[in-house]
Amino acid sequence: MKRLLRSPTAVTGGVLLLLVVVASVAAPLLAPADPVRPSFGRRLQPPRLLGGASASALGTDNLGRDILARLLYGGRVSLVLAASAVALAATAGVIVGLAAGVVGGRLDDLVMRLADVQLAFPVIMLAIAMVAVVGTSPAALVSVLALSGWVLYARTVRANVLTIRRLEYVEAARTLGASELRVILRHILPNTLAPILVIGSSQFATMVLLESGLSFLGLGIQPPQPSWGAMLAEGRDYLSNAWWLATVPGMAISLVVLGANLLGDGLRDVLDPRL
Amino acid sequence: MLLPEGAPQSAVDELNRHLGLREPLWIQYGIFLRSVARGDFGQSFQYRSPALRVVVERLPATIQLAATAMLLTVLCGVSIGVVAAVRQGTAYDYAGTVLAVLGQSLPNFWLGIMLILLFGVTLRWLPTSGFQGWTYLVLPSVTLAAFPTALVARLTRSSLLEILGQEYIRTGRAKGLAEPVVVLRHALKNATIPLLTVIGLQIGTLLGGAVITESIFAWPGMGKLVVDAIFFRDFPVVQTILILSATTFVVINLLVDVLYTILDPRIRYG
Repeated sequence: MKRLLRSPTAVTGGVLLLLVVVASVAAPLLAPADPVRPSFGRRLQPPRLLGGASASALGTDNLGRDILARLLYGGRVSLVLAASAVALAATAGVIVGLAAGVVGGRLDDLVMRLADVQLAFPVIMLAIAMVAVVGTSPAALVSVLALSGWVLYARTVRANVLTIRRLEYVEAARTLGASELRVILRHILPNTLAPILVIGSSQFATMVLLESGLSFLGLGIQPPQPSWGAMLAEGRDYLSNAWWLATVPGMAISLVVLGANLLGDGLRDVLDPRL
Repeated sequence: MLLPEGAPQSAVDELNRHLGLREPLWIQYGIFLRSVARGDFGQSFQYRSPALRVVVERLPATIQLAATAMLLTVLCGVSIGVVAAVRQGTAYDYAGTVLAVLGQSLPNFWLGIMLILLFGVTLRWLPTSGFQGWTYLVLPSVTLAAFPTALVARLTRSSLLEILGQEYIRTGRAKGLAEPVVVLRHALKNATIPLLTVIGLQIGTLLGGAVITESIFAWPGMGKLVVDAIFFRDFPVVQTILILSATTFVVINLLVDVLYTILDPRIRYG
């Protein structure tokens, strides 16, 4: 932990992420206006921060909604979806990987071939095809995202289990009469945590990108619920007269992704220099 | 879904029988596999012609875009990586690293839109959407190349740094070889294997259709087709594209594996 605080990349990334998370959590307190209710009298007003006459710090969109408010609430959606997807993918991947590594044999073969098959499809393509079938409810989106991410954990954990279970201390625990379950949970699992943490924080970046990519294509959270990807897509139609519509949400996405990537890089340097 | 609202039951029955929807699921799957093996991917609902033909018509556009982006990636990625590694710790290295981190973090749909805003709307230098000549290729291929370029640059830098610390590099320098010869002939050559892996994976992904980039720039390739097909519920086309892109991906990885043995004679597959 101390070494982590001394790594400039990890700290920068962590602070960036933390800022966005806090801002999103506090959205009801910070948001200057209702993010969903249109007010046609004040459409497409430029941001006040750039000298615009508008009352909104980041301007208003094509329906007169306050962009800052939409950004904050949209952040909640994006972050929660991405975080739940990472959590679900990690849990599923770790369980599957542990099972494959410990049980071995047929199960191992089955799981690894499944992973191979999935890796043969481009992630975004697979996600789009799945969304077309299961729909765009938040639960469906989280499952789709998680399904696209479990393979990484499963492979890493399995590989780790295969090396760790032959180590002497595991043998020793077994000789002392520890049950198989106890060996797995107490002795093997904790030693696979570092890579899982590293994968998780980089994957958070991927998930935010994937989620906003889906909603950019109109396959994510449905309007009028604000979401960063959809805000970008709406802004695309107003590029010539209201550039801030597309610019602002894109910056938010980039900040989060940058933060998570930096944090992931920093974590990797500290926890596992070999990766 | 394929019939107008309130269609008579007889029409629904007729369509179900025609599409084979009355058979149990596993028989439907069997029929599907058999037709795919014969090269029959079904009829596109949207275009009323064979799905495979609809998809193949879009291939040239996707390949053109992917090839340009890949060329950009290799050229820029490798040169940024080499410069950063050779001038390790200088401003060049720092700038390269920042560029690479940015390239990996900027979402390509936003990058694309910002490029449109700058070069298409504000400066009016380049066309922003469509497919009518090489100027139309610039913005989409830059957008598409940003992420893999960053990846390649980082990888080139780290593998070069590792290699430049090796004994044989010192030998090369000691016997008076010019620095560019050492770096390019001796070091870079040995960094090709990891680079090739990553580049292979990226080509596979790009050929699968740059879904988002093609949508932004209205590029008439497979990626745009798949999004349109999903909104139209044109499942035969979606299936065809998925199968095709997975096949491409597998074939490219196989090619990369074969290339390994040519590049590095020590690698043998038993």
